[in-house]
Amino acid sequence: MTGTLTTTQMILGRLNWDAFPLHEPIVVATFAAVVLGGIAMIAALSYFRLWGYLWKEWFTSVDHKKIGIMYMVLGLVMFLRGFADAIMMRIQQAWAFNGSEGYLNAHHYDQIFTAHGVIMIFFVAMPFITGLMNYIVPLQIGARDVSFPFLNNFSFWMTAGGAVLVMMSLFVGEFAQTGWLAYPPLSGIDYSPATGVDYYIWALQVAGVGTTLSGINLIATIVKMRAPGMSLMKMPVFTWTSLCANVLIVASFPILTATLVLLSLDRYVGTNFFTNDFGGNPMMYVNLIWIWGHPEVYILILPLFGVFSEVTSTFSGKRLFGYTSMVYATCTIMVLSYLVWLHHFFTMGSGASVNSFFGITTMIISIPTGAKLFNWLFTMYRGKIRFELPMMWTVAFMLTFTIGGMTGVLLAVPPADFVLHNSLFLIAHFHNVIIGGVLFGLFAAINYWWPKAFGFKLNVFWGKVSFWCWNIGFWLAFGPLYVLGLMGVTRRLRVLDDPTLHPWFIVAAIGAAVIACGIGAMLIQFAVSIWKREEYKELSGDPWDGRTLEWATSSPPPDYNFAFTPVVYDGDTWTDMKKHGYQRPLSGYQPIHMPSNTGAGIILAGLATVCGFALIWYIWWLAGLSFVGIVGVAIGHTFNYKRDFYIPQDVVTRTEEERTRILASAGV
Amino acid sequence: MLALPLTACDWVVMNPSGDVAVQQRDLILISTALMLLIVVPVMALIVWFAWRYRSASEAAEKEYDPDWDHSTKLELLIWSAPLLIIIALGALTWVSTHKLDPYRPLDRIDAQTPIDPKVKPLVIQVVALDWKWLFIYPELGIATVNEMAVPTNVPVRFDITASTVMNSFYVPELAGMIYAMPGMKTQLHAVANQPVASTGISANYSGAGFSHMRFAYKALDRAGFEAWAAGVKASGASLSRDVYLKLAKPSEKAPVAYFARSDPKLFDTIVNLCPKPGQRCMSELMHIDRMGGAGKESAHDIGGLQYDMPDSHVIEQSDENKGQETAPDAGHAASGPADHSSHSGADAHAQHR
Amino acid sequence: MSSATATAHREERAYHLPEEPHLHEGHSTMLGFWMYLMSDCLIFAILFATYAVLGGNYAGGPGPKDLFDLNLIALNTAMLLFSSITYGFAMLAMEKDRVSATQGWLLITLLFGGAFLFIELYEFSHLIHEGAGPTRSAFLSSFFTLVGTHGLHVTFGSIWLITLMVQVARKGLITANKRRLLCLSMFWHFLDVIWIGVFTFVYLMGMLR
Repeated sequence: MTGTLTTTQMILGRLNWDAFPLHEPIVVATFAAVVLGGIAMIAALSYFRLWGYLWKEWFTSVDHKKIGIMYMVLGLVMFLRGFADAIMMRIQQAWAFNGSEGYLNAHHYDQIFTAHGVIMIFFVAMPFITGLMNYIVPLQIGARDVSFPFLNNFSFWMTAGGAVLVMMSLFVGEFAQTGWLAYPPLSGIDYSPATGVDYYIWALQVAGVGTTLSGINLIATIVKMRAPGMSLMKMPVFTWTSLCANVLIVASFPILTATLVLLSLDRYVGTNFFTNDFGGNPMMYVNLIWIWGHPEVYILILPLFGVFSEVTSTFSGKRLFGYTSMVYATCTIMVLSYLVWLHHFFTMGSGASVNSFFGITTMIISIPTGAKLFNWLFTMYRGKIRFELPMMWTVAFMLTFTIGGMTGVLLAVPPADFVLHNSLFLIAHFHNVIIGGVLFGLFAAINYWWPKAFGFKLNVFWGKVSFWCWNIGFWLAFGPLYVLGLMGVTRRLRVLDDPTLHPWFIVAAIGAAVIACGIGAMLIQFAVSIWKREEYKELSGDPWDGRTLEWATSSPPPDYNFAFTPVVYDGDTWTDMKKHGYQRPLSGYQPIHMPSNTGAGIILAGLATVCGFALIWYIWWLAGLSFVGIVGVAIGHTFNYKRDFYIPQDVVTRTEEERTRILASAGV
Repeated sequence: MLALPLTACDWVVMNPSGDVAVQQRDLILISTALMLLIVVPVMALIVWFAWRYRSASEAAEKEYDPDWDHSTKLELLIWSAPLLIIIALGALTWVSTHKLDPYRPLDRIDAQTPIDPKVKPLVIQVVALDWKWLFIYPELGIATVNEMAVPTNVPVRFDITASTVMNSFYVPELAGMIYAMPGMKTQLHAVANQPVASTGISANYSGAGFSHMRFAYKALDRAGFEAWAAGVKASGASLSRDVYLKLAKPSEKAPVAYFARSDPKLFDTIVNLCPKPGQRCMSELMHIDRMGGAGKESAHDIGGLQYDMPDSHVIEQSDENKGQETAPDAGHAASGPADHSSHSGADAHAQHR
Repeated sequence: MSSATATAHREERAYHLPEEPHLHEGHSTMLGFWMYLMSDCLIFAILFATYAVLGGNYAGGPGPKDLFDLNLIALNTAMLLFSSITYGFAMLAMEKDRVSATQGWLLITLLFGGAFLFIELYEFSHLIHEGAGPTRSAFLSSFFTLVGTHGLHVTFGSIWLITLMVQVARKGLITANKRRLLCLSMFWHFLDVIWIGVFTFVYLMGMLR
């Protein structure tokens, strides 16, 4: 910012032709593919005149079900990007031996591993679980929508805005080359002067606002909107784990926000929080970011623990064993997750007492987690287990996650961590719990709830292909990393020089290829199922003999979810209803009060994304303008007092009579 | 038995040559065994239950009990079994963390040979530079780049710091890693038990040149170490502050370099972020801070305070073109081990000179 | 679902409400707003923690004793505390559905809030003028950020206050507006509590440092 500003700089900030990585053939090819694909998609949407439909029915929708599905789509798209990064890393590490530099230079490779981590955590795992909770929780508690439907739409678009910023960094400028948590001083302006870290900061800030608000929203929904009779201890376990996960979101994402604000002040204003000089302290950042970071791990895994509970109980045809201890275990994990953050940096040189305190608290978490595993185990005991796809994923999870849990506890022993920290053993460990826990759980959830969301089941054959590819591919890809960790190989290396390591990296690359087949099979599974949706049609609304309320309504559920607000007497509500010969009411429908759609969410989030982009490129006028725009639109939105409407009685009657007809035709 | 598949000697973490790393290896094995006590039965039960109660099976038909969801005895078992394991593991953690605290002076050379912790260890000052390692042996007055030798069966204390960003000092053969951080001094006590030639690395990502940030690690017997030190002395080069500042500039694949003399205050100035002339030292500033600040007028007094410099993490093009990237007073440094200048391959330097 | 067997052991249980339950408008707003306040509180907690860690790092520059003018700060604190009281009066008037009294007290609150911001900006510009800006030392970075974040909250609270005054003028004290005024009330008092923390922890204890 020294010297005189030219007009171009005033208008475009530091954005210029050099920002476009035209010298990187890989990026250019990707860019070309994205542009062509994008043009094709836009053309198709225009040709079929789908813009209005998308805008009216989806983008501006406040329906929790549609927002849930949009989150899942976002997660899936970003998952493909994150996985492409993973494949590139695996190829590079299998290639760069015997003096070869591989095919990626440091500038490119360092962005890739940073982007892989950031995308997989923030823009894959988070949208997936948020989408799942959004879709399922209101149905499970017998509500018509969430507490703050507009906020829900806004939260989604903020998350999407963050994802847009990350994707833009691929083609305009660069992404951070710092590792996914961007430790200063490396991420400070003096050591990372380019736009990478700024993309990182603003992508996470924009998405983080969305995540925090959606957390608040879901807590309020669960606390305030449960069906009559559903006391806390009668809530489905998935709702319980969602509640705990959202409490963690609300109680941890502000920490991330504040920490990143401090980092951005260092970068933009020249303050000295995390600099080496002027009294700054980089270790403060490491502590703060992990005070958010560790709860984040449980934000990801807790809802999936809920999924496994639902699936195990449904497919074993049994009540969940130890519901109460399951709930207490979840709450214990929630609280303990705040007392372990230092185990991510035992090697920073804290005293032995501090290290062992955090090591032991970490181990204590394995007790409730172990109790959960036992509960699933004894739910299977004396059950009648149907090995449908969701149950297969659940058993695979139990086996895989147990190993991951064990290596995790091992890493919690500080002196053992001294030799394993930052090694590929650590990488193998957390992929073991995140893939084996979070992803397997998501796959179980997708296979389980897909019929609810779309009214037809998923193809089983391709589901099984995907299942076996993932399971075999996982161990092929990460088994070698455990071994390499024990051989003293550390993470984020671009080139390796010890030829004895080479075979292990080649096996890992093959494993990644097998996983790619698993992902491909899953996409084929979706395509085939959609193609043959008439054949897989599911008319009863209850394809798995489900136990919770979401199976009581039609598939897909009507906008209002339930024609009449359900009354709950038992934890396994739907099982209880079926046992007591519940009859669907066939008359007496009433108009239903619903929130109206609004475009304010997407406009606000769009402005926030523009503001983020302007700040990244130092385009100050645009940043100011879009910020004023945000405030203005937000204020303008508060002048709109008409935010709801009634679904008229005859519409409800028509919808429900249609369902009656379908049920009769299906003979249910 | 556990060690059976671990005999292959390239699993260095499982088969190290330094006593501290050996104890850390043992801890990994013991903890794993402890956890397997519960993990193996659980995994067996998962498979067994999943098989036995599959819907088509006889057991599922006979024993099916859809409302069985509670058993106080089982609940007690499933909470207490992990609890007991964790109590055992927690106790082990507490004891071993204190015993293997990197700051704690060693009380044994190996399992059979105790020593008095008051014995003065050999001090090696370690500086993580961009992207190479500087080792200063203050007692010997010598210094090296990207090569570190230690005498066997002598306790060593590493004082560790970094010049710009975080790194992690890690010699898998010797002991666990400790972060190297600018403006901070961390410590690690360790001992090598067998002569060995291996590699040390930075285990914490530190920027573009990180992948090549490795150094040769040599554990040498007493005579060998003395000969090595004499070899370093023979280089004749001197590590003054000026030479250090040139050395500290970012470079990749820096060649090994020897310095016969080293500024005795150098390490302190690096830790205090004031190796540059005119730079004010952290120790001085912290003293002022403890006194409650330097008064209102000092607000404008910012000379010598800025340490982080813009674009300081970039390799200067001109240096790169020279081929010999580090060039710390190149003529002298190279006069020692001339054959080191072309590559950083650590393994090639197994034999001492 | 075969009803013949099910009816045999059916208890009389109504599994749905015959009427639409009337969830009153904004049924979750107070809870949601509380949660937002707590998440905001967490942001301040981090800023306080940062100040606690870095607040003694003057980097050879001036410390709190050299910089803070307690008289000015006491005046500032009084402004904010008075604004909280007057906001309370506005709420009392609102309960009695007195529109003009409510608006009057809100205006006075706004003036007090404005005075607070003015004094804070004066203090900041004075410090920066003396060379003690946020870049001078980690102590000053954390000081400016903590106090400035609070000030930013007051600024946005004031914008919100103006918005609500316009809305009350247009629509009167309808339920939605009352709810909004209550939310802002919680926000305003929350900022007061935070300021008491700032005053004690940063200014008073800074003088003792």
